[in-house]
Amino acid sequence: MTTFTWLILAAAALLLIAVYLSWTAGRLDRLHSRIDAARAALDAQLLRRASVAQELATSGVLDPAASMVLHQAAHRARQAEEEEREVAESEFSQALRAVFADQAQVAAVREVPGGEESIEELTAAVRRVPMARRFHNDAVRAARALRRHRKVRLFRLAGHAPSPQAFEMDDEPPAVLDDRSNNA
Amino acid sequence: MRIGIVCPYSWDVPGGVQFHIRDLAEHLIGLGHEVSVLAPAEEGTLLPPYVVSAGRAVPVPYNGSVARLNFGVLSAARTRRWVNEGDFDVLHLHEPAAPSLALLACWAASGPVVATFHTSNPRSRAMMAAYPILQAALEKISARIAVSEYARRTLVEHLGGDAVVIPNGVDVDFFASAEPKTEWQGETIGFIGRIDESRKGLPVLMRALPEILRRRPGARLLVAGRGDEREAVADLPEELRERVEFLGMVSDEDKARLLRSVDVYVAPNLGGESFGIILVEAMSAGAPVLASDLDAFAQVLDGGRAGELFPNEDADALAEACVRLLSDPERRAELRAHASRHVRRFDWSTVGADVLAVYETVIEGAAGSTTGSSADSDAEPDAAGSAAADPGSVAADGRPRATGWRRPWG
Repeated sequence: MTTFTWLILAAAALLLIAVYLSWTAGRLDRLHSRIDAARAALDAQLLRRASVAQELATSGVLDPAASMVLHQAAHRARQAEEEEREVAESEFSQALRAVFADQAQVAAVREVPGGEESIEELTAAVRRVPMARRFHNDAVRAARALRRHRKVRLFRLAGHAPSPQAFEMDDEPPAVLDDRSNNA
Repeated sequence: MRIGIVCPYSWDVPGGVQFHIRDLAEHLIGLGHEVSVLAPAEEGTLLPPYVVSAGRAVPVPYNGSVARLNFGVLSAARTRRWVNEGDFDVLHLHEPAAPSLALLACWAASGPVVATFHTSNPRSRAMMAAYPILQAALEKISARIAVSEYARRTLVEHLGGDAVVIPNGVDVDFFASAEPKTEWQGETIGFIGRIDESRKGLPVLMRALPEILRRRPGARLLVAGRGDEREAVADLPEELRERVEFLGMVSDEDKARLLRSVDVYVAPNLGGESFGIILVEAMSAGAPVLASDLDAFAQVLDGGRAGELFPNEDADALAEACVRLLSDPERRAELRAHASRHVRRFDWSTVGADVLAVYETVIEGAAGSTTGSSADSDAEPDAAGSAAADPGSVAADGRPRATGWRRPWG
């Protein structure tokens, strides 16, 4: 074979590798945006959960002690620094479970005007937080699996993007707000 | 909300996934959403207005049996056109791990994608080999739904990652309000399913039948479903054969009436079930259920509280439990009462709300992060450079064009 043919073959091989790497980089980029999206959704649900709880706490529907516990926990969850978020949100979940430990509390809130709506919003939020968190951590796992791959590490396809972190927290909803809990 | 749903199996062939998609689509349309379903269908099939045909599915050997699947240039092009023209807020794929329309739609998708995994096949070598190919496509799915905890476990085992569990839906009131039929009442045992598919377990029930009839001389077995009736009773003593009545294929209305009429509904399935919608339908209709103790069935029956379980393939245990149920009206009433509370979680009003919650979660996330992600994309010079240099070759091998995957949430 002539040198020219070899050159052509080498060029073709290089081109193929380039296309493959670019496609992989595209995959990685897509995964990173998926994580961003999932994280935005999770943040939105966490924020929603905290705002409904704060609203309830300041409305005077709950007794003063329960109001303070709920308000304090929701406030801490909203204000927490990034590295303390998981702990603050978990503690907020515990506070929610403590305040809504029995059906009587839920019934009491439902009775006041607008209470029905608040309970519905809270129910939706506490059910969606675990959902959003599962989707987020699923995306993180997929991205980490790809980033561990040799070709990605060798060619630094992930660039300077920091390694994605799963969001670990206690997101168990209060049982009385989640009567399908043994199913979900 | 504009919702695009992809059905992997032929619309003209009845099947669990198809019925699920039909009911989901109609439920969502009833709530005022815009829904389009892409499904394979034979030419000339009469389709509901919300279904778009993706052409005919081709029978090919796959994973040990013949599957009817869509693939190739024409199907891919049709799928891409449907995705592009639909301009959906969210795309909901079903069974995306099979080489089907759902996988093609996954390639073509550029917005939020939700996927439901229905089956829970044991790990196969074909799946292992296909893993790297699949993985790239499945990465686009923002939210995975499994139809049962059992299906979720197999999904996690096979593909990694996680899923939320949302059960299949049933119109509980349709079954609860059906009119019982007098000729199907009076110590009757019900079975619904393909007669000639041994996986559905009719042979086990047939083996148990002589003992049941010996101890409950008034009992009858009613069988609804397609298949060879003579072959089904071949092993049964001649004099008992008249105690089995075959109803053939029944309409949805007759199915509900049958379930309303029988004293015990028996589901002796041997395996391969990831959910068990028929059990939910039977419970909705108030039929006491006796089922084999498959993981999926035990879960649907609330661990045996909403219906009784017997050891899989054990005809003697089935006979024993069936006789006990037939002679104990109090126990049957107890099962009915528990089941009627338990099935509410499977009603479309509950299931539909959960599915919509998933849609809203992924759409909200996509909208909330658009600005951030497009900035990230621009900061990726390597990919952008190569893609711009040779976009044609990326598109020519059947993958989404460069512009498609550069703007994941475009």
